[in-house]
Amino acid sequence: MNKLVSVRHISKKYNTLQGEIEAIKDISFDINEGEFIAIVGTSGCGKSTLLSILAKLIKPSDGIVKYNIDNPVIGYMLQEDALFEHYNILDNVLLGLKIKKSLNKENREYVIDLLKKYKLENFMFKKPSELSGGMKQRVSLIRTLAIQPDILFLDEPFSALDFSTRLNVSDDVYKIIKDSGKTTIMVTHDIGEAISMADKVIVLSKCPSVVKNSYYIELDKRDCPTKNRKDKRFNYYYDLIWKDLDNNE
Amino acid sequence: MSNEQKSFIKKYKIKKAVIFMWQVFILLFFLILWEVLSKHNIINPFIFSSPSKVVKCIINLYKDNNLFIHIWVTIYETLIAFVIGLVISFLVSIILYLYNTVYKVLDLFLTCLNSLPKVALGPMIIIIAGANTKSIIVMAVLINLIVSIVVITDGFYNTDKIKIKLMNSFGASKYQIVRYLVIPSSYKTIISSFKLSISMSLIGVVSGEFLVSKAGLGYLIIYGTQVFNLDLVISGILLLVIISYILYRVVEYIEKLLLK
Ligand SMILES: Nc1ncnc2c1ncn2[C@@H]1O[C@H](COP(=O)(O)OP(=O)(O)OP(=O)(O)O)[C@@H](O)[C@H]1O
Ligand SMILES: [Mg+2]
Repeated sequence: MNKLVSVRHISKKYNTLQGEIEAIKDISFDINEGEFIAIVGTSGCGKSTLLSILAKLIKPSDGIVKYNIDNPVIGYMLQEDALFEHYNILDNVLLGLKIKKSLNKENREYVIDLLKKYKLENFMFKKPSELSGGMKQRVSLIRTLAIQPDILFLDEPFSALDFSTRLNVSDDVYKIIKDSGKTTIMVTHDIGEAISMADKVIVLSKCPSVVKNSYYIELDKRDCPTKNRKDKRFNYYYDLIWKDLDNNE
Repeated sequence: MSNEQKSFIKKYKIKKAVIFMWQVFILLFFLILWEVLSKHNIINPFIFSSPSKVVKCIINLYKDNNLFIHIWVTIYETLIAFVIGLVISFLVSIILYLYNTVYKVLDLFLTCLNSLPKVALGPMIIIIAGANTKSIIVMAVLINLIVSIVVITDGFYNTDKIKIKLMNSFGASKYQIVRYLVIPSSYKTIISSFKLSISMSLIGVVSGEFLVSKAGLGYLIIYGTQVFNLDLVISGILLLVIISYILYRVVEYIEKLLLK
């Protein structure tokens, strides 16, 4: 496997008038091409901060994030409500291409094909509020894929959904990601979600977070997250990670 | 339609009719009372006039071909001030959004200006802009402008942080963020500032007309006071009530159309 990103000794301090907050501290790991990595941690432990640094949205206070390709295109997916209500679904999905001024006939077709493939073609001219939570998630992911990113970052992509929708949507999203073959880093506080989707789980400690542990997840089959939850090794990993997060100092 | 739904609709309609009847009743009661009290000298008819005198006065204005001129002048000045105020406040708000430091610096002065009764600036405006329609419009613009700037800029700054982060993840420039996100997502705020703005413009225009004018409803009221023709004063006030209500309703209707 080719190494795509190396993350070395990054830390981040936020300076505010109330004082200095050390969000993450000395984090190092590698990201290989095609890998699906989940980062888990309790809420407020610095997961979003870490992801923003990896995606080059903010600079670390220390350490480096090195990509092994020039000018990597980065896809970032946030919570559901990041769809723009003032645009229809198609315009939402084309947003990234418009911003990068690279919208042409070819990639417009590509995007429309994606919408068709994931059963959204009838909603192209609808407003986001007319879609279900799960559909909105698929739209957000397609919007991220539209710019043909080299790497995908997902920040708690399912946090706005209720539990049962969450399971279905994670299946859909997983399928879309696997079809695209993209390297993916997903942040979550849900242990089950991490184990059922990722090849590798990185566990963060409480603030300031360091890498507490990391696990390669080996399950019998890897086809769909809800089925993976029934794998006999699922609980084994769950307990390990639960303990890591529990005695968290 | 189910029976419950039918009876619900029926109740709703009855309630609406009752409300309307009350409104008509109160209005008629007030007018008749006014007429009777004035006719029997229980209230001073010279000061408080009476509905019949007001109607006569308005008919006279109409016969002299003055009625619509006065109404039109006021509406026209109000609309001009409204549009000018809107354009300027929109542009200023964009600048205040793009340059946060400028916003923070001006914030103090905006707050001061916002709480200052702008009518106080009237005499100064007349000296600078001259005793003419220009002064009236400047005054009305000043009155609606500050409020609109405060409301719209606030709307811009309330843009969802997560959406801004999304724009950044696409590598959007500041201008792209404003164009694709900040302005369109503040559309509702901008549109709903219209109602406030039209009322403010009318206040500005009438205060302006009090100070300098040769026509308009504000002029009618002031002129009537000067010549002790209180029928005219009260006619002017009543016409203003009607005009402001109509303007408000028209703007409300336009808002509805634009927000569809
Ligand atoms: N822009 C900022 N300025 C100051 N402090 C910040 C900023 N962003 C995050 N923090 C602080 O850094 C810490 C980590 O925040 P971060 O958002 O990365 O955590 P998280 O794990 O993503 O949390 P959550 O589970 O709530 O999404 C928190 O204590 C937070 O208050
Ligand atoms: Mg977060």
